[in-house]
Amino acid sequence: MAAVPMEHGLVLAAVLFGLGLTGVLVRRNIIFVLLSLEIMLNAAALAFVVAGAHWGQADGQVMFFFILAMAAAEVAVGLALVVQLYYRFNTLDVDTVSDLRG
Amino acid sequence: MLELLWLIPAFPLAGFLALTLVGSRLSRTEAAYVGAGSVGLSAVVTLLVGLSFMAAPPAAGSFVQTLWVWVDVAGFRPAFAFHLDALSLTMIFVVTFVGFLIHLYSVEYMMEEEGYSRFFAYMNLFVCAMLTLLLADNLMLLLLGWEGVGLCSYLLIGFFYKDEANSAAASKAFIVTRVGDTAMLMALFLLFAELGTLDIQALLERAGQQFQPGSGMATAVALLLLGGAVGKSAQLPLQTWLPDAMAGPTPVSALIHAATMVTAGVYLIARTHVLFTLAPAVLSLVAVIGTLTLLMAGFAALVQSDIKRVLAYSTISQIGYMFLALGVGAWSAALFHFMIHAFFKALLFLGAGAVIMSLHHEQDMYRMGGLRRQMPFTFWCFLIGSGALAAVPVVTAGFYSKDLIIWNAYNSEIGGVWLWAGALAGALLTSIYTFRMVFLTFYREATEWVRHLMPIHEPGPCVRIPLGVLAVLSVAAGVIELPHTMGSLTLFSGFLNTALPEYHGVHASYGTELLFELLAAVASLGGIWLVWTLVMASPGSMERIAEQPWARGLERLWFSGWGFDALYDALFVKPWLWCAKVNKDDFIDVFYRAVAFVTETLHFVVSMTQTGAVRWYATGIAVGAVLTVGLVIIL
Repeated sequence: MAAVPMEHGLVLAAVLFGLGLTGVLVRRNIIFVLLSLEIMLNAAALAFVVAGAHWGQADGQVMFFFILAMAAAEVAVGLALVVQLYYRFNTLDVDTVSDLRG
Repeated sequence: MLELLWLIPAFPLAGFLALTLVGSRLSRTEAAYVGAGSVGLSAVVTLLVGLSFMAAPPAAGSFVQTLWVWVDVAGFRPAFAFHLDALSLTMIFVVTFVGFLIHLYSVEYMMEEEGYSRFFAYMNLFVCAMLTLLLADNLMLLLLGWEGVGLCSYLLIGFFYKDEANSAAASKAFIVTRVGDTAMLMALFLLFAELGTLDIQALLERAGQQFQPGSGMATAVALLLLGGAVGKSAQLPLQTWLPDAMAGPTPVSALIHAATMVTAGVYLIARTHVLFTLAPAVLSLVAVIGTLTLLMAGFAALVQSDIKRVLAYSTISQIGYMFLALGVGAWSAALFHFMIHAFFKALLFLGAGAVIMSLHHEQDMYRMGGLRRQMPFTFWCFLIGSGALAAVPVVTAGFYSKDLIIWNAYNSEIGGVWLWAGALAGALLTSIYTFRMVFLTFYREATEWVRHLMPIHEPGPCVRIPLGVLAVLSVAAGVIELPHTMGSLTLFSGFLNTALPEYHGVHASYGTELLFELLAAVASLGGIWLVWTLVMASPGSMERIAEQPWARGLERLWFSGWGFDALYDALFVKPWLWCAKVNKDDFIDVFYRAVAFVTETLHFVVSMTQTGAVRWYATGIAVGAVLTVGLVIIL
């Protein structure tokens, strides 16, 4: 099996991260914001895996599992917040929820 | 018997406590018994202690009673200890006896006034503080008494506190004497730093060993102590508070501002005489201050119209004599004049009080007159007191004490012709202003006002007894110290020389002394004759003189006490008020307010970023992360 060059993996990770970040910044629907966050997490996880493959170490895959577990927890909290948001404000638009102004 | 010493200040203290705690529940009679009785008991104990002291003088010439150690910190160990020697015995004798007579007088004088028990409480506290001052074995205890009498003086000057002028006079007395007290406090610090003790006897001994005569340190200490003495004794330049202190009730003027407290400065200098002999320049300054003060106050007394103000200026003047005596090293002469002065000045104040009381609180002498026939007893007592003040030769005690000072001003090693001439001129002034007061008050035709009040009654027994006793003392007390020319009796100075250095004159030729005494007698009698001619023999001649333009300016100057009040007002009070006015808006606080303002502004700017928008925060985080990573890469 031909090895994928590391640069390809890292570029893919960077592109995914950029897409995710853009999604977080520009989307107003909170579900899309959460999805974009997941993409960013997975981009970071991909970078770990690529780096691990490059050095032939298992650490990268271990970190991937950590991130996976953390993402699951984050989604649990995030979705609970989404439910509360919708329940209280009857909307999913994050910009309308800006009561915590300084 | 000497062990009873602690009771002397304890009785007035107990009286003060009793009157303060339950005074409002006591009737006037009970309050009077407590108030006057405590001082009376203290006088009796003083008599017992004094008799046993004189019968069997302690070995070192002094008796020390230590009650307890007050403070014990790192070698600083002032005790609550009383020191009885000839000097303090003389002083406490005068304070308790004259004090008792004045308390007795107040029983009747204050009867109509509000705050009867409060008055006696203050008076008792005063006597207690004064006795502490006099008996103190160390300077710290002395300072306690010193500040105590200052406090009581303040409370009693402002006794009729509902009148704003009285409160102002009280504050003035307190603040002006505070200037002197600060100097004294610095002297104490300096002494402790240099000599390591505040115990008076040890201190004087160590000072004699450590300080070179005329050295800078000795001069500094003596000057600072002199500052304290000048403030308390109302001498130049801190004399301005005493005339205003007459706002207090008359017995207060008699007790505090004539007989006892104001002589605390004299006592302080006599008590620390070693320090002053080590600083000859300061000692000469004491004499000069005394002479200038006695002349200044003598002139000011000439033109006053308020009978109590005449007496106030005369007190300043007589204390000037005591300072002069101290300054020329005639320690016992100063103390002798102190004692005689306490008798006759208390008598004069009490007599003036009796007149004021009978005339429904009229103090203006020009509105009095002809009281000789209305109040014969008061008149005779007042006349005797005036005679003693004017030093009428041979018959009055004032002659012996004042003549001793005038003679010593010339005869002493430190003295000289100028000091003597000043003292003699002062004697002339004294007899002029004294008998001007007597003639205006008791002689002449009765004025409209007096006729309107007729018949005027003599005061009751509580007032007459003190007057009588003090009148007898003002005549008889002089015979315990007679000059060389009249038998040379030295009971008083002999007694005091156990505590104070003996005085040595230089050129004591018999003929000179007699001549100088005759001159003093001429000054005294000449002054009386002069006033008689001006006031009695040709009425209206005083007014004719007063109409001259030069006389009018002089009168204004003297009436205001040489304009010292205006001077200090311009020098200190006005600038201070100006500073206060400028700083009314706390311009020093501008700095702190600027700090607060900047902080608040920054807070406002930063809080603008708290939009509450989640995407804005996310952008912030992203930009921050990019910047951080970028910085890490670049650097």
